[in-house]
Amino acid sequence: MAGIRDRVAIIGVGCTKFGELWEKDQEDLLVEAAHEALEDAGLSPQDIDAIWVSTFYDFTGQSGGTATEPLALFGKPATRVENFCASGMDAFRNACFAVAAGAYDIVLVCGVEKLLDQGSRGLPTAAFHPSFLAASAPGIFALAASRAFYQWGWTKEDLARVAVKNHRNGAAHPKAHFRRPVTMEDVLNAPMIAWPLGRLDCCAVSDGAAAVVITRPEIAKDTRHKDDYVLVKANALAVESIQPYYRSGYDWLGFPATRAAAKMAYEEAGIRHPRKEISFAEVHDCFTSTELFNIGDLFLVDDPKDAPKFVADGLADIEGEVPINPSGGLKCFGHPIGATGCRMIYEVTKQLQGRADGLQVRNPRLGLAHNLGGPGAVASVTILARRD
Amino acid sequence: MAGILAAAAYVPFFKIERAEMGRAWGIPSLPGERAVANSDEDSITMAVEAGLLALQGRSPEQIDILYFATTTPPYAERQCAPIIAAALDLPHQTVTADFTGTTRAATLALKAALDAVQSGAARQAMVVAADMRPGEPQTTWEQLMGDAGAAVIVAAQAPATIRAFTSLTGAPLGPWRRPQDRFVRSFDARVETEYGYVRTTVEAAKGALEKAGVSPQEVSRAVLYTPDFRSPLEVAHRLGLERRQLQDPLMMTVGNAGAAHVLLVLAAALEEAQAGEQLLVANYGDGADAFVVTLEGEVQRPPDRPTLAQLLALRRSLPNYGAYAALRNLAGREGPKASASPVTYWRDVAMELRWHGARCRACGLIQFPIPRVCRSCGARDQLDEMPLSHRGTIYTFTLDHLYAGEYLDTPVPRVVVDLEGGGRVFLEMTDCDPKEVRWGMEVETTFRCLHEWGGYHNYYWRARPLRIHMPRR
Repeated sequence: MAGIRDRVAIIGVGCTKFGELWEKDQEDLLVEAAHEALEDAGLSPQDIDAIWVSTFYDFTGQSGGTATEPLALFGKPATRVENFCASGMDAFRNACFAVAAGAYDIVLVCGVEKLLDQGSRGLPTAAFHPSFLAASAPGIFALAASRAFYQWGWTKEDLARVAVKNHRNGAAHPKAHFRRPVTMEDVLNAPMIAWPLGRLDCCAVSDGAAAVVITRPEIAKDTRHKDDYVLVKANALAVESIQPYYRSGYDWLGFPATRAAAKMAYEEAGIRHPRKEISFAEVHDCFTSTELFNIGDLFLVDDPKDAPKFVADGLADIEGEVPINPSGGLKCFGHPIGATGCRMIYEVTKQLQGRADGLQVRNPRLGLAHNLGGPGAVASVTILARRD
Repeated sequence: MAGILAAAAYVPFFKIERAEMGRAWGIPSLPGERAVANSDEDSITMAVEAGLLALQGRSPEQIDILYFATTTPPYAERQCAPIIAAALDLPHQTVTADFTGTTRAATLALKAALDAVQSGAARQAMVVAADMRPGEPQTTWEQLMGDAGAAVIVAAQAPATIRAFTSLTGAPLGPWRRPQDRFVRSFDARVETEYGYVRTTVEAAKGALEKAGVSPQEVSRAVLYTPDFRSPLEVAHRLGLERRQLQDPLMMTVGNAGAAHVLLVLAAALEEAQAGEQLLVANYGDGADAFVVTLEGEVQRPPDRPTLAQLLALRRSLPNYGAYAALRNLAGREGPKASASPVTYWRDVAMELRWHGARCRACGLIQFPIPRVCRSCGARDQLDEMPLSHRGTIYTFTLDHLYAGEYLDTPVPRVVVDLEGGGRVFLEMTDCDPKEVRWGMEVETTFRCLHEWGGYHNYYWRARPLRIHMPRR
């Protein structure tokens, strides 16, 4: 596979404040994120050749019109992408292909989700079979955490350390939904949502939007970020069973989709020793246990069952060997589904450019973003680096 | 001679002390406790439980007829028996009918089943009865009623022969319920007891004993319909039966199980009775039915199936009347609403009701839901439909507090189960204490009504701790 390594450049990023944004709708959020990205790129809306927009829920928006309408960019090619919770990063991936192919010069990728209008008590369920599937998102991911408790001896404390670390990072990020550090006691004493996941093991229901402007490197050289545009080193997507509950033999110890996407991405980026070469990672910590699984599935530890030790030893801290979720992750930003993947690209880009909104990772070279969707079924891994 | 080949009883896991009901309303309470169906149970699901137990160790292929008896059919229009037949995995050719409108429905169904096997029209016929009569809150009715199911399989040659079936049609005196009535209505119970229940039951029972040539002294056990604690004693007295001849009417443990009552008590009697015994069975409801059961042999019970006494010991007491009111939704709470398509339901009936999966002819993997393309080897359209086991082991689980509003037990245990013999499924657990759910725990499937999405009953399977020993298949 030829891949798109070094053929796409990020020249502008934008992100709204995430949170319970009762007074804003998806139009407000999308306009704010997209215009911030365009300003960052030094471009105007009319410079955009095409748009990819991601929303998960139909109530947030259907069709490419979800972006063209609020941006008043009529007559342009625009496509909506939906791929579970990885929708945002998959919109980015499809847009990258269009740019790498030379079909368009300047492309806007944006993602938005307006969840709070549906209430804050968990994600609205979209059961696609009235009998076979009716579990909450925490209930689904808890099935994996539960098995790791049984088979690998993971504990509530192992999970809580992830929450404490991510909240420590998120407290410093002005755009995060939650900006309050939490203690081990806070996490361990939080009400149970889906055993073994308590309330502080779960990311919140939040509103938000993020946007990215991409182009080809030769064009990037003439833009505002000509000296520090960010190159796409790899972008891979893998879709595993969306009914893992029924997969005989599936061990529920991590998510095969992430492992498959990571292998593809590492190969495309030429990475042999992820733990040594990846400077930091924004990973999909929809639940604290999911971050632990991600550390294993992204091959940042030799044995996936040792992921809790990686965190406990401080290796995932902002000053650690591979800082994980320097932004605070989904734990602090919440998870407006269509927006999350784009928000990760936003964060990794700014970290690589040395202008992180919150805690800055020291001298990063390669940044990884990992977006996971459905019951661990859809995984997207993107690897970015600043231009040489 | 024609008679009963197999019999089984089902009583829900939950019970409530009648004293709790009296205390809640500040009215006198009857002694003992009554059985209470869980919120996901109804007369269809209880009939399936009893039916599966009766079928244990037997081939469903032999069953040519399935009759369902109840006064509380979950559907006013839509026959219930076909749903039960599918859950019992009976052949598509099975003749089905619902007998309803009276507590006597089960014996009327039994008569029709007997006639069919005696005439040779059917090899075996099954009668399943289940009821959960709605007793009005703050009345004795609420305390008297009990929810339960029972099933019998009849054949032309059987160890428990049925003789001298006698039927009397009655005048409109007993309890009634119009379509718009939420609860059973009745006139002054004393009038009905004397002119309805006692007189009609005695007349039918006398007729049956005379026809069979059996004297009251020869009756080893009398199985009587039991509307309340006292009046069956009057029936026994007028028939010349002594109290010790009465089979335990299960009023202290179950309550009046409506159309299922007589079959329930008969199933219990058949578990205890020995060859040579003569049983008198009398049912009541807008008339009376009576017959004599002569045990020429013993009705066999699979060794790992619990007796009714054991089943009654597998129980949990509801802590208070509020818990009972929640199960019956007396407060009229509206659950989560979602849409569902009857077409989806119809298309997937083999999986949802018959509990079928498929085995890949190419690689052998047993799969559920049934796919077109094998999820393991990729072979297309080589999946042979097959019955899945009703037993399995928990691989992983969670205790989900979200979307738990409809249940007595919060959180809802959701379990990934490896079925015996193959297949992995994802089910909710019911009738259990979430705290006892563990990896490796043995479970069995139980037929339940999941929800009312789309405005119809969505029946499917849930898991419960291995308790009743449902068939492996």
